[in-house]
Formats: sequence, structure tokens, C-alpha cells
Amino acid sequence: MTEVRYLLFLGCVIPYRITSYEISTRKVAEKLGMELVEMPDFNCCGLPIDSVSHDMMLALAARNLCLAEQQNLNIMTLCPGCGGTLLKVNEKLKHDKVLKQKVNGYLKEIGLEFKGTIKVKHIVQVLLEDVGFEKIKETIQRPLTSLKVAEHEGCHVLRPKKYLGFDDPEDPMVFKKLIELTGAECLDYEDETACCGAPIIGVNDMIPLQLTREKLVHIREVGAQAVITVCPFCHMMFDINQPRIERVFNEKFGIPALHYTQLLGLAMGISPDELALDQLRVKASKVLEVLSLTQKATPLQK
Amino acid sequence: MEYGKEEKTTNLAFSKVVTSRLGGETISLCYQCGTCASSCPVAKITERFNPREVIKLSLLGEKNEVISGDAIWLCCSCYNCQERCPQKVEIADVIYALRNIALEEGYIPNIYSEFASALLNDGRIVKVSKFVENKRSVLGLPPLQPTGVDALRKILSATGFDKLQQKEEESE
Repeated sequence: MTEVRYLLFLGCVIPYRITSYEISTRKVAEKLGMELVEMPDFNCCGLPIDSVSHDMMLALAARNLCLAEQQNLNIMTLCPGCGGTLLKVNEKLKHDKVLKQKVNGYLKEIGLEFKGTIKVKHIVQVLLEDVGFEKIKETIQRPLTSLKVAEHEGCHVLRPKKYLGFDDPEDPMVFKKLIELTGAECLDYEDETACCGAPIIGVNDMIPLQLTREKLVHIREVGAQAVITVCPFCHMMFDINQPRIERVFNEKFGIPALHYTQLLGLAMGISPDELALDQLRVKASKVLEVLSLTQKATPLQK
Repeated sequence: MEYGKEEKTTNLAFSKVVTSRLGGETISLCYQCGTCASSCPVAKITERFNPREVIKLSLLGEKNEVISGDAIWLCCSCYNCQERCPQKVEIADVIYALRNIALEEGYIPNIYSEFASALLNDGRIVKVSKFVENKRSVLGLPPLQPTGVDALRKILSATGFDKLQQKEEESE
């Protein structure tokens, strides 16, 4: 088997606010024999700044790419926003000489130069192309056969297809297959590929809350016991914001949102505590009940 | 007649400005079919944002209406419209270009000023504090290093971003 070695790009939000995604990823990666190399001095991927200054976004993304080039390692991101941005800028700079010259002009100030020698992938693409379904299957110790879930993959894992291209944005299959490898049933629901609205939280809160509420309604309709995500921002909409949605729309959902890496970890036989399930705002107690698992109080809660 | 001529020049001027921007290049390919509007999750629930309308107003040269209004800030960047556009207009990227123009003219939602300040101070949009650093160590996660902010400031200055930011702070 070829070695799966990646530079782990955490982005701004995960290492501080959504550590459950990082913790569960590290656990799962270990079981899959992936080597994740730390990237301690990365900066913002650039995406949040694209609205403010496109040039600044390019420079920020390019600096991260150069750091990876220096180590001669490909980047794996957990956030599809970071992944999409770094991937797009990487491809643009590889193919557009004029743009490359311009961005290298900025980078020259700090002694860096973009060369175009590495690749960028989101974790879903890494699991599909580098780890492979067979390897994942081998690590399953406790198939989650009694569990019914819904998927919410997130827009930037699929679109723009021009850059990502490993799945069909209108009828995506990869993420569902990854979920089914855990033994859980992945249910279809209405408007499955619809956006959760997260990127405009802070500019306007009601629109995202309403978009996620509609998704929760559709997910509840089919009887899913949890929604599975691979994006910290989508996760925030479904998890941290779910009580707010329940208040605003005066409606009870109680649907836990698990990171895919948590779901996979449970199927690998890793304990809920080790996968930081206690960090979820919407408690996953019913999911654990279905799976006949229990969760201890963690040191942080004591 | 004279008036008409002048109108035409102005209109062309704004669509040229958008076209000359990175990301804005494809705007003039739009033939207003409305595939974007019917693919847009936001347009489905509010009349305050409609991608077809934003493109139309921009092509008609209604610069002020486009850049001073809140519509351009309500796009969720889901890229549905862009994926489905039969004319390959890169709609979400056009909207980013319009936001950049809006910022240069002094229109910016507060949250983006906050992102920009955090970036100038920490290199990331989430503040790197002692509290979270401690939390990471309690959770058994490896520490993160500062982002090399000095280096970042140099690039920021090269892109002219710091000047934009100063302008914002002065106007507040």
C-alpha cells in the first residue's frame, strides 16, 4: 500500500471552535495508517477575505501553498471552504502565468515563490482517492447497522466542479458511499444538496437559520437519527445553531450533527469520549443508545 | 440623443470595470435566462437577493444600486447558479468582484471589517488567545504557532490591503 502522508491544514475555525472535528480526524487517521504532518504557522486560507480583497485572498492562499511546497507535501483540509480556496488558487496559479507573476510579486516581499509543485484535497477526496474504500472497510470493527442517518456534504466539497470534479454536484455519490461503509443507512431526503446558508451568518442571520431549518424539516421527515457533515461551518449551522433555530421557529428537532470522522470512528470501535462526542451541542445520546454505547463525563465537564 | 449617448457610455463603463476584475470577466455573457435565480437557495426564500437581477443591474450600469444595496452580501456562495449557468457566467465570482468594488467605495458589512482586523492582528480570522491555547493542550491537541504576522503584514501592504483597511477605519 502506498503511504498516505499529508500536511494537515486546520484553518481558522476548527482548531479553536470545532475541535471535535480535529480530535476525531486524528483518531481516525491513525487507524487508517495516514500520517498527518503539522502545519503550525499557516495563515487564514483567504476565503473570508475574498469579499474584501481578491488580491489579498490570492496572496494569503499562495503563502499557505508555498509553505507546503517548502515541505514538499500535499495539503489535506478538513474545511471545504479552505480546501476549495487553496485548490482553486493552486490551479489558477499553475495555469495562469500572468497571475502567477503578480502573486509572486507579493510573495517576494517575504522571500517566497509559488512554484506549483503540490496538490490540495479535502478529506473526502483523500478518503476516496488515496486511502480508498477497501482500506476503510478493513478498519470497521463495529458496523453501525442499526443507525439511519442523513448526509449534508456542503457546497464547497462539490462545487465548482471545474476545480473539484471528483463527484457529480447534481447527484453526488461519494460521501454517501463513505457513510455506508460504516454500516449506517444513508437516507435520501428532499433538496439534499441545498446550501445551509452558513457563509452569510453575521451579515444576515435569519436567511441561514431558515435555510438550515428547511433542511432539518426534510431530514426529520425521512426519520434520520443524525445528520453527518464534513464542514465546520455547516456543522455550526446544524449543531451550535440548532437550539436557536428551535427557538426562532418554535419547533423541536433534536437531531444531532456528527462529523463524518466521528461516525467512522464509532464504526472503528473508538469510544465516543475519544471522538469528542461530548462536545456536540445537540447531544448524540439517542444515537449512542441505538448503538448500545455509553458516554462518560470528560475531564472538561467535571 | 446626447443624453442617450451619455447613458450608453456610463453603462459600458461599469460593466467594463466589472469585466476587468479577476472573477468578473464573464458577466457580459449573461443573456438573462434566469437559471441562476431558480437555482438560488436564498432567492427561494427572500426577494432581497436575486442573482439575475444583480447581473442585470450591473450590465445596465446601475452601479450605485448594486454596490450600496445589501443584495450582493446575501449570496451564500453555494455555486449552484454558476454550475448550472448555460452561458458559463461565473456568477458567484462576479458577486465577489462586485463586493470588492463596493468595499473600495466604502460599503462593507461590519463582519468583514472584523475579519480584516483579526487577519491584520493574528493572521487568522479567529483570535488566537491564551484561553483557546490552554483548551487545546487540555484536549491533548498540538499547539499552534503564531502566523508570522510580520511576514503577512508585508504581503498585505504589497496588495494595498492595509490602505483599504485604514480607509475603512477612518470612515467609521
